[in-house]
Amino acid sequence: MAENKAGKQTLVFKKKIVLMEAASIVGPKEGQGPLAQYFDLILADDLLGEKSWEKAEQRIMIDTIRLALGKANLTEDDIEYFLAGDLLNQIITASFSARELQIPFLGIYGACSTIIEGLALGASLIEAGFADRVLTASSSHNCTAERQYRAPTELGVQLTPTAQCTVTGAGVGILSSQGTGPAITHATIGKVIDMGIKDPSDMGTAMAPAAADTLNQHFQDTNRTPNYYDLILTGDLAQIGSDILRELMRKNGTLLGTNYNDSGIMVFDKKQGVNSGGSGCGCIASITCSYVYKKMLAGELKKVLLVGTGALLSTTTYQQKESIPGIAHAIALEYLG
Amino acid sequence: MEGGWDLGSKITKEEEQRKNREYQKMANKLKPRRPILRNFLVAFLVGGLICMFGQLVLNLFIGQGMSAEDASGPMLAIMIFLGAFLTGLGIYDDLGKFAGAGSAVPITGFANSMVSPSLEFKREGYILGLGARMFTVAGPVIAYGSIAAILIALLSLVFK
Repeated sequence: MAENKAGKQTLVFKKKIVLMEAASIVGPKEGQGPLAQYFDLILADDLLGEKSWEKAEQRIMIDTIRLALGKANLTEDDIEYFLAGDLLNQIITASFSARELQIPFLGIYGACSTIIEGLALGASLIEAGFADRVLTASSSHNCTAERQYRAPTELGVQLTPTAQCTVTGAGVGILSSQGTGPAITHATIGKVIDMGIKDPSDMGTAMAPAAADTLNQHFQDTNRTPNYYDLILTGDLAQIGSDILRELMRKNGTLLGTNYNDSGIMVFDKKQGVNSGGSGCGCIASITCSYVYKKMLAGELKKVLLVGTGALLSTTTYQQKESIPGIAHAIALEYLG
Repeated sequence: MEGGWDLGSKITKEEEQRKNREYQKMANKLKPRRPILRNFLVAFLVGGLICMFGQLVLNLFIGQGMSAEDASGPMLAIMIFLGAFLTGLGIYDDLGKFAGAGSAVPITGFANSMVSPSLEFKREGYILGLGARMFTVAGPVIAYGSIAAILIALLSLVFK
């Protein structure tokens, strides 16, 4: 019996693994949203003077990493492993950033849940004694995602109310076996769940069942209830997906109260014309590494459950009329001061 | 047993499909409806305005002494130019978000559908990027439009 496991799917970290530093950089549109004051840097231009959107996204990831390292008074040499992923084919943002950083690199992919997967894996490396400091990052860019998944950025298309707007931004977290900060105490690894949703502009509906499954499993494995947490943050189901998640949980006998929110709802104002809300790897990543981290350091949030949700589709699968599989991973961050 | 193997799966295909249908029914109740009436009205108004502008240009040429047939060529060129120009300025995509089919159906929308992928994929080079991918949106319209034209032409030959 694995001694660091609770129930069926939950990892229990017995060492104190702290999120010693976190940083986030977002694009101009996110900077006009309600969370502007929490981001470390808001870009004035989402191309950053680069030749392509892809290069701009790499710049955002690398700059966010350097920012986090600087805030922690560390250099690349102090980091033992770099775990990162993004939405672009062959996770090029992460691997091209790793090319520049020269830190031993493991590429990971869980669509928009990637940062949570990275934090869970990073904590596991530290728990097992393989490392003392692990850096994890994830990013997305509205224009790289648009041109890869949907249409050219300048094409005039009308979106449905279920559509989500990909966040331009990155979040970076540095995990350490020493120091102070919010500690990762549990991680619940999710299963891939597919309820037959085929509309790629309705990803909240496609991912909500995976979020419900992981949440239920987390509460069962840890013997906790939603009330244990000051904040349960999914990301990014957006408005419609989180309404559906509430309903799925209610049917299962668990009520999600006012301590539940979704990063896709939080990142934009409804007036910004984003339909159901935000999405993309950068959504929950930038909010975890700004709003959540800073609120925890300030003592305003003590126990947070982060549930990263990913839609595991590609342009090939939905054009071939395959349904959209969803995944959700959860980590518990606790900072009791 | 389908496929001959029993891997101990707990639910059958039918049961899975029933569960999926049930979920989709529940989810659909929570989704906002598409504002179809609003979309129709805005498409009608914006589409109408674009066409009215086209008519204005056409009348200007006719006023200069051109026949209606001769005037339609330069009018179309101007409309295509305007669609392309507004795409380049980053305005046409916002118009499209607002107006939907109203700005997609007129020939200015066709220009937008050619220019936007050209702009987008120029970064992958002039041959494999711009040249190859400028038809990603308009290609199907051109292909099936040509087929439809041939079929109609054949029909008109038979039934004239």
